[in-house]
Amino acid sequence: MTETRRSFIKKALTFSTYPLASSLGWLAPFSVFAKWQAENFKQGPLEDTLKHLFKDQKITDSKDIAIKIPTIAENGAVVPITVSSTLPDVRTVSILVAKNPVPLAARFELSPELDPFISARLKMAETSEVIVITETGSGLYSARQLVKVTIGGCGG
Amino acid sequence: MSSIKIRAKRIDDKTQIRMLITHPMETGRNKDPKTNQLIPAHHIQELTLSHNGKVIVNCQMGASISKDPYFAFMLKGGEPGDKIKIEWLDNLANKDSEEHVLK
Repeated sequence: MTETRRSFIKKALTFSTYPLASSLGWLAPFSVFAKWQAENFKQGPLEDTLKHLFKDQKITDSKDIAIKIPTIAENGAVVPITVSSTLPDVRTVSILVAKNPVPLAARFELSPELDPFISARLKMAETSEVIVITETGSGLYSARQLVKVTIGGCGG
Repeated sequence: MSSIKIRAKRIDDKTQIRMLITHPMETGRNKDPKTNQLIPAHHIQELTLSHNGKVIVNCQMGASISKDPYFAFMLKGGEPGDKIKIEWLDNLANKDSEEHVLK
């Protein structure tokens, strides 16, 4: 009798605390993500975005990141970009357009099953530098390329 | 019809996965020429790509990605029959997903 009662209490406890713990675990990352979105995709100068993204970590220029992007873009609404890298252990790739109202275009978290190779299409408001920052196991590396835009992509 | 088109191509021992998503990607700064009112922001915020159920790319993006976004990734390996799943979520909480089986 006591045996079953004890096991019943045990079960009751585990079942009641489990959903609580999992729901807490679920809610926390979601609100963190929402805050992250709001801070990094905020309008403002490039420096602020970089500060939010990478705090005060040192960013080294690297020749091992290749950016393939037209140097003169006729239409800023669609600028194809291809980023590839020979750096080992690439974890995230961030693409920023320096003079866009929201500088951060996209940030990719890549798993080791993928090659550090990304193609995308950007919008560019005006002639500006496109900056690619990769986060690797040994620090941050960046590469940049100036793109001239003859027709802007944001606003008519 | 799904808003996502997926194409996969085998290149040597790698698989190139390309996707085209139909989405307006409004920045919130464009004006409607007829009414002269601002068009509210409407863009994809999150994109995830999974390979046989395991998330391999997690992408956060803003409105600086062009209308009808196109992305391409390079997967090491990839066997025929492997499942590639792509999901997106936008700022108005719309979402869509599409699955593709490698040939």
